[in-house]
Amino acid sequence: MAALSSNLLFIAFILYLVATPFYGGAIKSKKELNENKGTNKWGVIAVALTIVGFIAQLGYFITRWIAAGHAPVSNMFEFTTFFGMALVGAFIIIYFIYRTSLLGLFTMPVALLVIAYASMFPKDISPLIPALQSYWLHIHVTTVAIGEAILAISFAAGVIYLVKAIDQTKSNKRNFWLEVVMFSLVAVLGFVVVSTVFSATGYHEKFNWTDKHGKVNVMEYTMPALTGPNEGELLTNEGFKPLVEMPAIINAKKLNTVIWSLMAGLVLYGFIRLVLRKRIAAALKPFVKNINLDFVDEISYRSVLIGFPVFTLGGLVFAMIWAQMAWSRFWGWDPKEVWALITWLFYAAFMHLRLSKGWHGEKSAWLAVIGFVIIMFNLVAVNLIIAGLHSYAGS
Amino acid sequence: MKDVKCECGHVNPHGTVLCEACGKILDERENKDQLLDMRYEGSARRSQTYNKTIIDKIWNFFSSVKVGVWLIIITLLASILGTVLPQKMYIDLPPEVFYEQEYGWFGKLYYQLGLHDLYGSWWYLLLIAMIGISLVICSLDRVVPLYKALKAQRVTRNDGFLKRQRLFGTNTGIEDKDLHLVKEHLKEKRYHVREENGDLLAEKGRFSRWGPYVNHVGLIIFLFGGMLRFIPGMYVNENLWVKEGETAAVPETGDRFYLQNNQFILQHYDKDQNKTFEKALERAGDVVKNYQSNVVLYKRVSDNLPGEKPELKKVKEYKVRVNHPLTFEGYSIFQASYRSELKAMSFFLLNKNTNQSVGELKIDLQDPKEKYDLGNGYAVKILNYFPDFEFAKDGEPSTKTRVPNNPAFVFQMISPEKPEGETSFVAIKQTIEPFGDNTYKMAFKGIETKNTSGFIVRKDSTLWAIILGGILFMIGVIQGAYWNHRRIWIQQKDGQIWIAAHTNKNWYGLKQEIEKVLRDTKLNIPEDQHQNEKSDKEGN
Repeated sequence: MAALSSNLLFIAFILYLVATPFYGGAIKSKKELNENKGTNKWGVIAVALTIVGFIAQLGYFITRWIAAGHAPVSNMFEFTTFFGMALVGAFIIIYFIYRTSLLGLFTMPVALLVIAYASMFPKDISPLIPALQSYWLHIHVTTVAIGEAILAISFAAGVIYLVKAIDQTKSNKRNFWLEVVMFSLVAVLGFVVVSTVFSATGYHEKFNWTDKHGKVNVMEYTMPALTGPNEGELLTNEGFKPLVEMPAIINAKKLNTVIWSLMAGLVLYGFIRLVLRKRIAAALKPFVKNINLDFVDEISYRSVLIGFPVFTLGGLVFAMIWAQMAWSRFWGWDPKEVWALITWLFYAAFMHLRLSKGWHGEKSAWLAVIGFVIIMFNLVAVNLIIAGLHSYAGS
Repeated sequence: MKDVKCECGHVNPHGTVLCEACGKILDERENKDQLLDMRYEGSARRSQTYNKTIIDKIWNFFSSVKVGVWLIIITLLASILGTVLPQKMYIDLPPEVFYEQEYGWFGKLYYQLGLHDLYGSWWYLLLIAMIGISLVICSLDRVVPLYKALKAQRVTRNDGFLKRQRLFGTNTGIEDKDLHLVKEHLKEKRYHVREENGDLLAEKGRFSRWGPYVNHVGLIIFLFGGMLRFIPGMYVNENLWVKEGETAAVPETGDRFYLQNNQFILQHYDKDQNKTFEKALERAGDVVKNYQSNVVLYKRVSDNLPGEKPELKKVKEYKVRVNHPLTFEGYSIFQASYRSELKAMSFFLLNKNTNQSVGELKIDLQDPKEKYDLGNGYAVKILNYFPDFEFAKDGEPSTKTRVPNNPAFVFQMISPEKPEGETSFVAIKQTIEPFGDNTYKMAFKGIETKNTSGFIVRKDSTLWAIILGGILFMIGVIQGAYWNHRRIWIQQKDGQIWIAAHTNKNWYGLKQEIEKVLRDTKLNIPEDQHQNEKSDKEGN
């Protein structure tokens, strides 16, 4: 069952991957791409592939649920994969409201990155600690992921808006920051590439190191250590000698991974620039030339309107009900709780700015981007860096 | 301040921008824009009308959405600060020690700035309070005039009002049967259609306009619920430790309830039994499967007299586990933690030469006996007992606490060979024979432990407000987000048919709907003047 499950996930990933260029084709071959309905052949194939992929991933989810005996949303791999699936699901729904293939061209790569990122974490089916043994695990976590996924669609629409609206012929702050967004996505790919390469070659090195309490521990690296641990002593023969030693307060291993990912990201990005001979955002411009700005703006806003109540329900209401049962208090200022509140406050501010200050269009698109950054921070950094009650998700 | 009478005859309150009844522009400042600002229907809001007294100024300050958004953003940024390092409720050491020890100068600064208790700080509470005030005033400032304006609207509208709607179009030579058909279509689409002098107003989803106010009321109730916690007696949060086999009074119940802990159970996942989790368990080591205390709840039936043993009546037996608290009369008892204490230690008395045991003894660590008689002339006396052994500063053995965390003994071993006894000092993994070589020794046999369950006793009488607030908020937010307030005006003007439409959001949906409403008729789809206006500006 577990093997079937991971095969289904792999099939889904491949289908999503194949679908993406079809979304590109759907746009290229279409003359008028305003709000008119009707999708061309390419678009139909793209959406069909996406739906089949989604069903395959649903199959992964169900079979893994059966194998584990609990909904597979209990560790970093499972949750992030589910988030990727929710993203595809949210896209399918929004697609059938607005019938625009362009959204697929921007959403599917993000979903692919999310799922690829997820598979860099241990994929073993893990048992549930007592606090997680509750049906609220399924309700709370899945609702949060779905809410966040719908909100993420507004990010995709926001990026489309920015690619279209920002003049790429001159250099300014706006296209610098848009390019930063593009680079961040490439850096995630960088992380996936280095992790895959080093794990395929089976790289390992061990250190004896001294933690901040003066205790000597062993730390195992799976990538060559550019940043070594505090008072680290290399135990592996022919292991890579660290270039710099970190103080005990910094997690040298995680920092090392970040540096490797950024370096790989830079190399990849440099390569892409070399091929394209222009900014990534500039290269994407031809794809968005026929889309109407107001229309994308509306998709972005609509996604926030649909996603916000779902997120509130999952991330705050269900979260509080469960916290009351498991930890005896509905709110305890745990970092994850606070970041859910921050996300909620941010989107609340977003909607008020739009309503009262008339922040439509480009401003609104930038806000959608920032919102996604907050969601990603909550998913990645809060789980992996900031310790708290939710840090089990980091294992 | 005088009310304003519009040429249509409707009397509007002072400060009205668009006539409530016909939509004529009453405030000339509004004229310069091409499209009307339809927010709050151009109604007379107190904050936009008065600005004289101090009350006006406070009202205007808090009624501004701009101020509200700033409050949200400041709260958001402040909240981020509190997640940089663990807050004081998640640390084990005293904060003045913890932060500096763990995080150096940065931790010290964090602590000195009071960021270790950010969410309980006066200024954070002040921010939340200001958001609460802003919620109340913002809502009142808008909801009352909006309600009046929507109630007073007439079917026939002023020309200028219609022309300057975002969706607007004119038609000539339209027959009555087309208008009939449109009316049918509108009704099919569940519009509420009103007719006046041949003019039509089709409206639906007006209730979605109240969504924001409903959710604000929900939030206010929620915040009020949070405030209730400060009232004594509304909120109980106590720790309760009960040893296995013992019974303790449940705190804050006025000694009316007693809890007996029969057994604490700690279970781990077993690699061999749970093949599915084998790999994960190999990686993670021991993973706890269950924390459970089997308890019995008693109620006191006798009068509460000091010094007298209470008479108890069993209420129920329960297995308290994480996620499954025991609840009674508004109280909840949660499984929160446990600790394991040494209860007894057992030893062999061993002849060092033959390595033969001549007898064994079990020492109750809470209540050790002075002498253990092993028969046949063998006996062990306890000369001294240190439950929590350490060497004091002067080098003498002493005990830190009375809890047997690290027991140590000075034994006197009596045997037929040595009737006067041999002295031995025995601690964990350590034996000292202070007076030279002994013939006998105390060999460690085993320990018995006793668990203590850690419970949290909670009573929260504020939950009703929190729940009510949460439900109202969700209703309001869904009402506002998933429904739209749409209006379509179809009016006769100088022999032409004018169509104008407005929605508070989702223009795409409205346009789609208008296409369906106007199908099979000669009426033209109204144009989106917002897009035209934009392209004019862009110069295309």
